[in-house]
Amino acid sequence: MASGIKDKVAIIGMGCSRFGERWDVGTEALLAEAFDEALQDAGIERGQIDAAWTGSCFDRINVGNSAIPAATALRLDGIPVSRMENMCATGTEALRGAAYAVASGAVDIALAIGSEKLKDTGYGGLPVQTKGTFNDLWLPMGSAPAGFAQLAAGYRTRHNIPKEDLKRAIGHVSWKSHQNGVLSPKAHLRKAVPLETILNAPMIAEPLGLFDCCGVSDGAAAAIVTTPEIARALGKRDLVTIKAIQLSVSSGRESTTDQWDGSYVRNTRNAATKAYKEAGITDPREQLGLIEVHDCFSITELVTMEDLFLSEDGRAVSDILDGFYDRDGKVPCQVDGGLKCFGHPIGASGLRMAYEIYNQLLGRAGERQLSNVSMGLTHNLGGVPYLGVAAVSVLGLQ
Amino acid sequence: MTFGIVAWGGYVPRNRLDRSVIAATHAWMAPSLKGQAKGRRAFCNWDEDVVTMSVEAARNCLGPRDRSVVGNIQLASTTAPTADLQSSAIVAVALRLGRKVNSMDVGGSHRAGMAVLSNALRAGGKPTLVLASERLRAKPASVQEMQYGAGAAAFLLGSENVAAALIGSASVTTLLVDHFRASGFAHDYFWEERWIREEGYLKIGAEAIREALADAGVAPDDVTSFVFPAPSRGIADAVAKAAGIAPTAVAGALELDVGFTGAAHSLLMLSDILDKAQPGQLIVVAGFGQGADVVVLRTTDAVASGRPARPLADLVAAGHTTQSYAQMAAFYDEIHPDQGMRAERDTKTALTEQYRSSDQVNGFVAGQCSSCGQVQFPQLAYCVECQAPSTALEPLCLAEEKAHVLTFTADGLTFHPSPPMYMGFAQFDVGARLLMEFVDVNPDAFDVGTALEMRFRIKERDETRGYYRYFWKAAPVA
Repeated sequence: MASGIKDKVAIIGMGCSRFGERWDVGTEALLAEAFDEALQDAGIERGQIDAAWTGSCFDRINVGNSAIPAATALRLDGIPVSRMENMCATGTEALRGAAYAVASGAVDIALAIGSEKLKDTGYGGLPVQTKGTFNDLWLPMGSAPAGFAQLAAGYRTRHNIPKEDLKRAIGHVSWKSHQNGVLSPKAHLRKAVPLETILNAPMIAEPLGLFDCCGVSDGAAAAIVTTPEIARALGKRDLVTIKAIQLSVSSGRESTTDQWDGSYVRNTRNAATKAYKEAGITDPREQLGLIEVHDCFSITELVTMEDLFLSEDGRAVSDILDGFYDRDGKVPCQVDGGLKCFGHPIGASGLRMAYEIYNQLLGRAGERQLSNVSMGLTHNLGGVPYLGVAAVSVLGLQ
Repeated sequence: MTFGIVAWGGYVPRNRLDRSVIAATHAWMAPSLKGQAKGRRAFCNWDEDVVTMSVEAARNCLGPRDRSVVGNIQLASTTAPTADLQSSAIVAVALRLGRKVNSMDVGGSHRAGMAVLSNALRAGGKPTLVLASERLRAKPASVQEMQYGAGAAAFLLGSENVAAALIGSASVTTLLVDHFRASGFAHDYFWEERWIREEGYLKIGAEAIREALADAGVAPDDVTSFVFPAPSRGIADAVAKAAGIAPTAVAGALELDVGFTGAAHSLLMLSDILDKAQPGQLIVVAGFGQGADVVVLRTTDAVASGRPARPLADLVAAGHTTQSYAQMAAFYDEIHPDQGMRAERDTKTALTEQYRSSDQVNGFVAGQCSSCGQVQFPQLAYCVECQAPSTALEPLCLAEEKAHVLTFTADGLTFHPSPPMYMGFAQFDVGARLLMEFVDVNPDAFDVGTALEMRFRIKERDETRGYYRYFWKAAPVA
């Protein structure tokens, strides 16, 4: 394996817009909201940024395709700006682009920024996109919840878990996030929801009810990265560095051969294995102080606990019900409320997760602050569990 | 060498609606419909049409026979989905009949199905697949809405293992316009029922039958079974009487469970007769419309060899009764429910891509890697398992392969004309796996492991351009 980027890149500034139904602003203003906070946090001028990576998924409801509209919105003049799009991993991809540029020595300071303006679709849920001229001829055009809901059938079959028990466990996942989201000022949904309400909600895609699905929100988040040396030269003392960013993308094996049983996400396992190696993590259950995972749907978070090797296979249900991932548990998961409460502006989510880890590491998380946090993980899962992209990044104090 | 019917098979959509529900819906303005509120009628799902029903009837007819021997495919319908695009070609590709098959669509009259069958029987020659398929649409609250149904029948004609041989035929052509439908119009227009019966069926029908019997050199008394299609009850009995055929020979017209299927009806009724026929039976089959076509058939000792895997009686019995008039009306474009913004997605088909991949998409041809053995759909440039180039992939059609449910969900969020959309992974015994839409699902008896069989259906409807594209879906084994 290559030497990786561990501790070669420091995050010196981050910003995050308020997430939610942002009827008040367009995408350009959302980008500016996150960008302004990140610039201020980094204590640099816009002109010091050497290159930028901007992430968005749905061009028709954002500023448009290419990097030009984002560069225009942020008035990034004459520097290389690239647009990233890799489904729900888009925000993390933007960070990866910026971090790799810095780690390579190509640039000194780089910006990663991601946004999505989902409330400009006119309805709830994600816009329906073409899957390509060939795939449109045969692939069922199911919704995102339908793609992930299939994990439930696969999981309960593999582990012989009654439908009711699995429903209760995924209900706990959403219950926990709603409990946590109350403490997040920038979250879309900030209301605790009783478990019974979650369990009895209208069905979206069997067995996922309304509260098993994350919200659809507008939002943007940004990170400014540089080398640790430059960071120190800029006067930064507590350095949050990137320990690893890894990605895994499907080749079609899960969806075309019988080498996948529907109960887990192979890409997450691949990306986590590589990220742990890059970051030097040998016991994630002990070493990770908090995690922000891609809880697009409650069943996704459940299987992700096993895919990140935090719960043993078949044990996620009991770990979740035992409170292992609760705010006061051993490995708090979604202490900011996760996608469940922030909503999921595709291009922003990966950076929003990093924003929470960054603030927790620096002790700036306010009412949400956990004690003794030195390393945290973010995880994104784009596409569908059987044909998608997973990103795992690890951030820590140097 | 005798040329005749070698094999046959029918298809009836699973959906049924009680006629009493139709009558009750319209009772406020058409109370007389109650008089016809007996039994139930078949109606197509949103993703079934003349093409898909033809494919299913043909599969039922052909069974495991070598399809490459079929030299001609002829499809009769008055409700084909396109005015200018050959339905028989779509069917031929779905059935993998090969590029050299001669294909032809015939329409223009409810007599079309019988016309195609009688002409093909008379013409002889290469093995011929005759199809008749109909998805009749009727104006809400019309008598036809009560009478019409949907279905298809397929007949393989040839010279080997003939199950029923042609021994006589006749045709009569007149300009009696009992009903008509102008191009571009949605519904049929009918003239008075009594006039149609007395001047049409009873005179023209009986005339053609007498001539066909004379051509065959047989007496009316010798007729074992008599098939005469008509939307109204009692017509066949009256025509039989006028032609001197015994009342006991009159075949049931599938009124109680299917309904009248226009150009397909003679053939659908004939398939039902043949399902139960013994050697040596004399069968008279008529088709009516601007005259009549009649054939006289005699079953042979090989009659049992032509029977389909699914007799029509089984397909009729497998019906699923809904209580929703609105569902039928929506599927037939009689009402237009608000489908929400998600339905606004543009479903334009890249016809170039469709042509390039027609074997895969229409023929459901997967590839088996000659290096590692993996069966894969779709076939891309390299093997999914060992990355061998696509030249190593050998064609393997999945249409008749066994499969089961690996994962599934019922998707209530995505746009679907009949929500929720059941979808998930079908795992084939031969090793292929793909994400599929599940149809004809009984929610109470569907789970991981449920056995599946494949159905040719409409994949998506491009309402903007009036184009339907087709693919295969998976249904629980009936």
